[in-house]
Amino acid sequence: MTHRRTLADREDVLGGVMLAPALAYVILLVGVPFALAIVLSFSNATAGSLSFGWAGFHNYAAILGDPIFLRALRNSAVVTVGSQVLVVILATAAAQVFRAAFRGKRVARFVLLLPWAVPVSLAAIAWTWIFDSTFSVINWTLKVTGLLHGWLYWLGDPALALLAIIIVQAWRIFPFATVIVLAGLSSIPQEILEAAIVDGAGFWRRLFRIELPLLLPVVAVAVLFGVVYTATDLGVVYILTGGGPANTTHVLPTLAFQRGILGADLGQGAAIAVFLLPFLIVVAIAMLRLARHTEVGAR
Amino acid sequence: MTRGDVRRAGKRVALYAAALAITLFAGFPFYWMLITSFKQNRDLYVGASDLSHIPWIFNDPPTLDHLRLLFGQTDFPRWVLNTLLVVVAVVCITVAVAVPAGYSLARLTGRWGERMGMGIFFTYLIPPTLLFVPFSRLVSFLGLQDSLGALILIYPTMTIPFCTWLVMGFLRSVPWEIEEQAMIDGYSRLAVILKVAPRLIVPGILTVVVFTFTLVLQEFVYALTFISSVDKMTVSLGVPIALVRGDVYHWGALMAAALFTSIPLAIVYNLFIDRFIQGFTMGAVKG
Repeated sequence: MTHRRTLADREDVLGGVMLAPALAYVILLVGVPFALAIVLSFSNATAGSLSFGWAGFHNYAAILGDPIFLRALRNSAVVTVGSQVLVVILATAAAQVFRAAFRGKRVARFVLLLPWAVPVSLAAIAWTWIFDSTFSVINWTLKVTGLLHGWLYWLGDPALALLAIIIVQAWRIFPFATVIVLAGLSSIPQEILEAAIVDGAGFWRRLFRIELPLLLPVVAVAVLFGVVYTATDLGVVYILTGGGPANTTHVLPTLAFQRGILGADLGQGAAIAVFLLPFLIVVAIAMLRLARHTEVGAR
Repeated sequence: MTRGDVRRAGKRVALYAAALAITLFAGFPFYWMLITSFKQNRDLYVGASDLSHIPWIFNDPPTLDHLRLLFGQTDFPRWVLNTLLVVVAVVCITVAVAVPAGYSLARLTGRWGERMGMGIFFTYLIPPTLLFVPFSRLVSFLGLQDSLGALILIYPTMTIPFCTWLVMGFLRSVPWEIEEQAMIDGYSRLAVILKVAPRLIVPGILTVVVFTFTLVLQEFVYALTFISSVDKMTVSLGVPIALVRGDVYHWGALMAAALFTSIPLAIVYNLFIDRFIQGFTMGAVKG
């Protein structure tokens, strides 16, 4: 090799130059707004004027004394936990099914991926129609089969509306979790399962004693993404209930939108959104720990 | 039949029952979109308390009225064009920024690049719902309110982190020997990047394009925050917000719009699912 080393051979220089635009974009348009979100939450900023002043903890005091906010905070927790419990159950079951060979598997797989592929706002509008107070096909089916005697106002009753939100969130996230769990299943060494079969372990024993413990890190990944997707989602609640009836089904993102954008109170909107941070910090720490402690899924 | 046969048959039945249940749960809203899109109004709007009218089937012959309404008398075609415009712009920005960054992290920057890659990936976890308030200020400062420019500027904040990570992971699975051989043949490092690497990255770029396409089609929060004029809306915003006039829901047209947007996305997901999953699991579990 007789080539003379020049600037065009310095890997650190080239690497820095090629990385710079991405770093700049992320710092300027994620890092700075992120910091601004926190600054705004301590300010009296409104959408009307560009200048704003320091308001200390005023916004936080205001929302912490506001029953609608406390309810939204609780709803966010309930919806996130409730939907993720459903997701884990559905995804574990679905992964077992899709690991086996059966007729029509390609079609079933196509259908399974639909809820994940469809834009969340369009899925939410379809579910709004399914839960319609007059035309709900669910009510019709329940009544015909004799399971329902009265009438269910799905989106008009606070408890039922929250249940509807949990169902829709679980529905749109479980396909993603299924695919991740499937990827994890295929990375379990075949010898371990064969040895278990030789030793006489049945399906349930293999599932609970061998596969689930080995799958734990992968299931955790699916749940962590699921938590982020549910806790921070605005579309489902905004379209399905709009936070109603009577502000009982707001979650943090919809309330932040209502106060910060529609109500033009940027400071309070930012303060409400900041309460999403605990969800995200827990997820980020859990992911870092997983990355450090596991080898499952390594490529 | 022996007892073993019975057990095996029972297992098959259980498997098919479970497969059917899961598929029905996942697919039921899409069946509902399909049947609603083609039902006549008098077949559609019969209260669910009328148990003699079965809503699951066509009681009257199917109709194309809702499609005519959607494509002829609403802004839906306009929204499709707007969406495509944003897709093209965001794809260009994302490819131009994320592909070099991914290459840099995979091949040039060594250990600190690995940390940096993790850091960039984590910004993907910062959700639009945390950032829309400060962005609304930034967008009005730049004078981009109610313009597609706001979306073109902001969507790459979601695509660049994930796509940088995708490209990095993709390149790690491409053997280094081809580039090494080019350097032995006398290419400078820069020449390798400009002349040899692009050919190697093409499949990775394709994944980036597809991911960006799906993300732009799905995004709702920023569009809702920044776009208020009906003729500037994207599909995922216009359909649920502007197709509903006051309290009048044109359910047939609404479901037709949802269905027609879902189909291309579903096909794309089926083709690229493995690549996306690779991105997600590498991001979270040791890669």
